[in-house]
Formats: sequence, structure tokens, C-alpha cells
Amino acid sequence: MSLEITNAIVEAIPRFEGYVYPNESGTHPLWGFLIVLYPYITGLVAGAFIMASLVRVFRVKPLEPVYRLSLLTALAFLLCATLPLLFHLGHPERSFQIMITPHLTSPMAIFGFVYAWYLMAVLFLELWFDYREDFVEWSKTESGFRGILYRAFTLGVTDVSDKALALDHKLSWIISIVGIPSAFLLHGYVGFIFGSIKANPWWGNAIMPIIFILSAMVSGIALCVFNYMVLTWVRRRTLDLRCLDVMGMFLFYALVIDATVEALDWIHRAYSAEEGFHVMEYMAKERLFYTLSIGQVLVGTLIPLLLLGILQVLRKRIPDAVRKRMYFGSAVFILIGVLAMRWNVVMGGQFFSKSLRGVMSYKLEFAGVEGWFMGLILLSLPFIILTVLIKLFLAERLPTSGHVPHRMEGI
Amino acid sequence: MKFEFSRRRMLGAVSGALAGLLSAPAARAAKATVQKVFASSGAPNGYDPYKHKWLMCFDVDKCIGCGLCVDACKTENHVPQASHYFRTWIERYIIKKPKPGSDRTRGEVLVDSPNGGRDGFPPTVVPREEILKSFFVPKLCNLCEASPCTQVCPVGATFDTPDGAVLVDPNYCIGCGFCIQACPYGCRFLNPETKTAEKCNLCYHRITRGLKPACVEICPTEARIFGDLKNPVVDDPIQAFIQKNKVFSLKPHLGTEPRVMYANLDKEVR
Repeated sequence: MSLEITNAIVEAIPRFEGYVYPNESGTHPLWGFLIVLYPYITGLVAGAFIMASLVRVFRVKPLEPVYRLSLLTALAFLLCATLPLLFHLGHPERSFQIMITPHLTSPMAIFGFVYAWYLMAVLFLELWFDYREDFVEWSKTESGFRGILYRAFTLGVTDVSDKALALDHKLSWIISIVGIPSAFLLHGYVGFIFGSIKANPWWGNAIMPIIFILSAMVSGIALCVFNYMVLTWVRRRTLDLRCLDVMGMFLFYALVIDATVEALDWIHRAYSAEEGFHVMEYMAKERLFYTLSIGQVLVGTLIPLLLLGILQVLRKRIPDAVRKRMYFGSAVFILIGVLAMRWNVVMGGQFFSKSLRGVMSYKLEFAGVEGWFMGLILLSLPFIILTVLIKLFLAERLPTSGHVPHRMEGI
Repeated sequence: MKFEFSRRRMLGAVSGALAGLLSAPAARAAKATVQKVFASSGAPNGYDPYKHKWLMCFDVDKCIGCGLCVDACKTENHVPQASHYFRTWIERYIIKKPKPGSDRTRGEVLVDSPNGGRDGFPPTVVPREEILKSFFVPKLCNLCEASPCTQVCPVGATFDTPDGAVLVDPNYCIGCGFCIQACPYGCRFLNPETKTAEKCNLCYHRITRGLKPACVEICPTEARIFGDLKNPVVDDPIQAFIQKNKVFSLKPHLGTEPRVMYANLDKEVR
């Protein structure tokens, strides 16, 4: 009886306005908060890797203090990137079928391979070549569990002659070069998963992968700024302000390009006003007001643009303490803004009916697999992994080899 | 390296090509066998999908919105009872007259489908004199020739059959929901009990045994027309229907090439 009453109440309160197909009128959107986190986390991976490759490939020397931190950040987040996907499946136990019997026309099937390629062929290899010399050194000096771990990580290759190291660096550089398009591919592909859905005018868009890549770069650099500042603060060290300034500069330019392309997308949509634009316009104004206008545009774009823009022009006149706070604020605002952007893409695409005659509403719940508590856990997990990685591979007491780009005195 | 022609190389290339050509039919046969053994379609043994091309079409003018088809479908296919799971449903369109003084050709369009039309439709609150016209449109899987749901399925659990149905293998579906997002017609849902994607399968377990789909069987006005395009009988209902009517499909601009056709369809139907 109680179930009937609950049902009656749910029936009585319409969750949508206008007409939506009956199969769309359930209480929750099909893809919930977990699927919002999936492109968010993947984007952070790609962005952090691009940040690292600025040092390795483009030889941006001032960024050396954050090189290893960026790579470890990318790894920590990449290890968690598929978890939201896995948890939201109806049958997670069948997920391996994607790898064993992939359907080659499906963007989602190929993502598994792109992910595996990126994790195994790019990130693991680059980290290993970069750390090999240190592993050999640490395996001699460290004892106990750490010693065993470092010895295992050398994979038995203990040759640290100049010739071997030169080869390491060369290979590492090549992997980095391969890594940049791979990082673009990884996240561009996530964009394609949404952009390829022609049934949904909010998603089906040729520049969706580009928007995803640009926002990924912005969020990844912001995350590196955030991590670098927090880590230095935790360790009571002094920040390398030159490094911070250069990160801020890259963040600013990436944000300018990202904001321009996203604005262009909106202008095009509004001007061409194709079928169903009115329902999407209504949805954006009503259902997505807080996450779009406030979260994405104001907090995530305009305020950081202003802060970072001021820092570009008046850098020398601003006291160091204020400058640091401005960088930190921009990074946090951007991280929130990009999360809002992922929400707007994933949820926005499900807030209006494909009949283009109605909009739905959705309230994020606390409990459940798709609840925000679960989301919070999934978002904290990469930071926990990163802490472990930093303790193992960026420990203050462990000496580093001193080769470029290993200079880590900033941390 | 300079490419050199040698007898050994040429023989190798030719025999490789020959082996490829010869093994293609074997590979195709193997694929068909594997599909037969592993794919769960519900067809009886001995049914040959290559000998049929099933299709359902609608005559919009004949539908009275009684909802018997929705009810029959739910019962026959054990579709979850809740009001947001349907393999087929009926929409009611009420197109109002343009407001006095307006230069539009028609007024507001109201669409509803209470409980998928299963219990029929309550009288509308729109006064009769304001209504330009009103009609019912039954909906189901559009059996697209270029079906986006099949295209995006990451494991190939949803597939096109040679006889014109688009099926979902519930033993294989991982429940990711990608196909549901990709269907432009809102025909799919995630079954809350099996946690797999579900949609109209033309009552595949019935049609492969010579019966009609449940909704067609029960329709009192013959608004649903079902038949076999490969049926050698001249007066097969579907062949006659397509021949006699000007037909239209839903959302043709998406290039999904729906095979489900509607006669007497209005432009407001999406």
C-alpha cells in the first residue's frame, strides 16, 4: 500500500513540462552524476599530461618543478577514470565484453582501447623511463617495503651508465611526443562519445571533441596549479613563483581559447536556431541556470579570466602573497567551472525530451550509486591515490637524479 | 628498401589472396553459426530469417486511441508495469486553431500520452471550438535501416536481423544505456529488473512462429498493418498498404532510414 501511495505522489507531481516520450519520463535521467564525473576525470588526466609535456617536449624550463607532479596527477586520475563508467553499468560484471568482443562502430567500445593504450603505452612507459635511474638509486639506499618496491620497479634493469641514461631520455622524449596526440585522442574521444549522438541536438555536434579537449587542458593545468600549491603548503616549502607565473600564463591562454570556442558554439546555435532550439533555450535558462550561467560562465570562465588577465598585465605590481591567492582562486574556480560544464553537457542533454516538446527536471540525491555522496567518494579517490604516489615517488628525503627535467627543488 | 619481384614473392601474394577469397564464405558461415548458437533471439529452430522481411506500418486515421495495443504489448512481453516503460505507446495530438488575429496557419500543439495511452485518453480540457484537429499516433521501434542504436552498442548486443527486426540480446547487454541515448524516437528503456536495454522486437517469438505481433492481433481498427515484404502472396497486407498509400517516416532528416511508415501523418509528429 505504501508503495502505491508513493507512486501516486510521484504521478501527481509532474517532473516535466510539455510533452516527453513516456520512456523518458522516469524519475532519473539515464546517465546521472557518475557520467558527469567520467569526462571530468578523464579531462583532468589529459590536461595534466599536456602540462607535463610542456616541460618534456616544448622544454618550458620554468615548469620543471611540476613535471613529475603533473605526471603522477595524470596517473592517479587515470586509474580512477573508468570507475564511474563501471559503476553505472546495469551489468558491470559483463564490462570485459567491451574489450573481448568490441563492436567496432561504437565509440564506447573503442574508448576501452584508447584508455588502455594511454595507460600502458604512454603514461606507464613515460613514468618508468623517467624514474628508472632513481629507482636504481633508491633500491640501493632504501630498505624494507620501500626497498622491495623500488627494486621491483627497476624490473631488473640496473644499468645506469651514461649511454643507457641517454637512451632513457631519448625514449622518454619520443613517448612524450606520442603522448600528446594520445592525450588529445583520449579526451577528444570522450567528447566524440557525446558528439556522435545525432539523436540529441544538445550533444550531436562536430566541435564537441574540440570543446572537450580545450576544457580538459584548462582543467588539467588548473589541477596542477592546485596540487602544486597545496603540496608546497603541506610541506611548508616556498613556492617557485616563476613556475606559478608560467602555469598561470598557460592557464590564461588555454582559458581564452576554450571560452572563445564555447562561445562560438553558443552563438552558432542561437543564430541558426534549428529545430528544437526553443526548448533547449528554455532548458538552459530555467533548468541549467545555476550550473550554466553561474557555475560555468561566471565562476568558471569570467572570474578566472579577469583574475588571470590582471595577473598577465600587472604581474610585477601585485605583491607575492596576493598573487598566490589569485592563482589559487583562479585554479579552484576553474575546477568548479569545468565540473559545471561537464554537468551541463551530460545533464543538459537529458533535461529535454527528444520529442523537442518538453523539459524534465532532476534533483541530485545524497544516497545511491548516482548520488552526490558517491560522487564525492569517486572524486576523492584520485587525490588519495595521488597522496600515496607522492609519498612513494616524490618523497622529500629521496634524492633525485638531477637530470633535466628532474629538477624538483621547488617541492 | 627496394621492392623486388620474385617468383617466391608473387606466389606468396597470390596464394595469400586466394586463401583470403576462399575463406570468406567459410568465415561468414562460421559467423552465422556462432550467432545462431550464442545470440538469444527467441526464434524456433528451423526458422530461416533470410526468407522474410517483416514490417509494421500505421494508418494514423484509423487509430482511435483505445490503448488495447499498449496493454497487449505489456502483457505479452512482460514489460514493467510502471508508466515509464513502453515498447509501444500512443500519443494524442491536439492542434489548436490559431489565435484570432494571428497570421499563423495553426495554433498551439498539445501532445500527451497518459500512461502511454494504455487506459485510453481522458476528455481533453481544451474547448471543442478551439481545436483545429486532433488525432492519435501509435509509436514503436522504427526498425531503422541505419539504426543508430545498433551502431553505438559497445558489445553488439543489439543487432539487425536479416528479416528486418532490430533485436537486443539480454544475455549480452551490459546495460550502459548508450543505445537509449542514441535512439531519436525514445523507443528504448532500461528494464529495472533485468538492468538491460529493451524495446519492441516485433514480438519476435510470435512472428517467427507464424503469428502476428500482439498489438496487431488486438487492434480493433486495423490501424496497425503488419506483413512480410518477401511474402509471395499477392495481397500481403503490408505490400498492399505501401502500394496504396503515400507514406512518411519520422525524423527523416536524421538519416536513420526508418522502415516503419505512417500514412496520413501530420508534420507536427516527431
